[in-house]
Amino acid sequence: MTPTRASSLRIETPEGVVFSLRLASPVLRALAWGVDALVLVAAATMIEEGTRVFALLGADWATALTAVLYFAASIAYAMIFEWFWRGQTLGKRMFGLRVVDAQGLRLRPAQVVLRNLLRAVDFLPAAYLVGVTACLVSRKGQRLGDLAANTVVLRESKLVEPDVEQIAPAKYNSLAAFPHLAARLRSRVDPEAVRIAVTALALRDGYDPPARVELFGELAGYFRALVGFPEEAVEGLTDEQYVRSAVRAIYGK
Amino acid sequence: MILDLPRFVTSERVYWNELQALLDRLRLEPNWHMSIAEIERLHYLYERCSADLVRLDTFATEPQLRAYVESLVSRAYAEIHETRARAGKIRWGAFIAAFPRAFRRHLGAFRLAVGLTVAGCAFGWFAIRVDPDAKAVLMPFPGLMGSPAKRVAQEESAGNAKTDPLRGHKASFSAQLMTHNIQVTVTALAAGVTWGVGTIILLFYNGVILGAVSADYVGAGYGQFLAGWLLPHGAIEIPAILLGGQGGLVLASALIGWGERATRAERLRAVAHDLLAIALGAAAMLVWAGIVEAFVSQYHQPLLPYSLKIAFGILEMAALTIFLWRVGRT
Repeated sequence: MTPTRASSLRIETPEGVVFSLRLASPVLRALAWGVDALVLVAAATMIEEGTRVFALLGADWATALTAVLYFAASIAYAMIFEWFWRGQTLGKRMFGLRVVDAQGLRLRPAQVVLRNLLRAVDFLPAAYLVGVTACLVSRKGQRLGDLAANTVVLRESKLVEPDVEQIAPAKYNSLAAFPHLAARLRSRVDPEAVRIAVTALALRDGYDPPARVELFGELAGYFRALVGFPEEAVEGLTDEQYVRSAVRAIYGK
Repeated sequence: MILDLPRFVTSERVYWNELQALLDRLRLEPNWHMSIAEIERLHYLYERCSADLVRLDTFATEPQLRAYVESLVSRAYAEIHETRARAGKIRWGAFIAAFPRAFRRHLGAFRLAVGLTVAGCAFGWFAIRVDPDAKAVLMPFPGLMGSPAKRVAQEESAGNAKTDPLRGHKASFSAQLMTHNIQVTVTALAAGVTWGVGTIILLFYNGVILGAVSADYVGAGYGQFLAGWLLPHGAIEIPAILLGGQGGLVLASALIGWGERATRAERLRAVAHDLLAIALGAAAMLVWAGIVEAFVSQYHQPLLPYSLKIAFGILEMAALTIFLWRVGRT
């Protein structure tokens, strides 16, 4: 399914092309932050172990180094990762999130630093209460740091190459043998219904068998009601096969 | 009309794959210097994919295919329409000069930060002079609760290595001061996102503490001790906090945008680099101030004469002033 417009950022290019980017929900962002917090805890342990070597110079120096390194790590962790991984920390990568410029442009170093410095305010009074509230109120789901740095957090969709076979497998289509009826079907069909049928076909293996039978039964009923094909064209076709054939006929195959 | 999708995919897939390969390379090699021919090809592929997206929107309803082409267009859009220069190698000279330049560009905000701190100072000063009992409320820090006379006597008697209360803790004390002060400064800057209210409160309160401490020590006749104690680190630390406040006020001004025609995003983008320069500059100053506070400020007469400490503080302040006013001017 395409993301609902309320949860996506629409960008119109100067060429007049509109595309949308799916915004990350506060829940996913909180989970990603949880992973990052665990990474920082692990980093703190490693820093403590690593600076023990400096105890040879004196316990005071080892304590000072631990404090400075931990402070630097807690501030710089997200900045470094978001810069080198183009908007992702370990937590964000795990949950498929990415920080981008709110205009869809490349993320700049100043934006990365600013949004992370402003965590100081978003974290207030505890557990990102200000940040979460801002996220829920903001139209683009921005915490105050995002607002100031002009960034948004997106949920990345995996790039899946289009599968022509999935759209129209190279098999004989009995409905296409009646081009005038296929053309009538094409002119009468509601594009939204075609979209639902295509999605249903793409996800068919994920449905429970009873739900699958019921869904394709309803879709086949809809297509049958639009145009009546001769008996020889539909003989022996199950509801699912009928829907697939109808979609292929609509797309000209 | 509905698109003949399989034919469309078969004919266009070669261009989508080519664009994807180009975008993947750009992602993996951010500093890849493209030739004119490569740039032209990228632009052509972007326009072709944009046109495909429009055709899919208009004539077809295949959600996965649309999402695929849309993601290609969105990625290519970021590369084609990005007009800001790419971050290349860090040039330290330009990086250091960016800080005073950013400071000078927003002098009005710095003046306001100073004004707010001075107003806080005046309030703290008069509050302590009028009601000395207000000390517990205005500066609730254990080190400042006692009488100035007692503290001066204690600090001056601890002036040798054996009685040094910081013996064996100087480095960790310094680290603690650095991290705490950087946090305060970052908070002063970050609080600008509350439309400046947080920054104003923070700067004023900082001034109140400063004014109250000054009133307490100067009123008791220990002005020289106070100057000798505060100036070596305060000459850098206090301006650093003011710079944090300046950043906060710049941020607030960009958010509010009084009388400006640019959008909020454009205003914020315009000040982002200056905020970054100010934050990094102030953080570097606070590292120095933390070292000085732990290793110099806590030692008093007779070990370190007050005149020497005050002169050191004045020299630091002069050097900082020259740096902020002169460096980076063409």
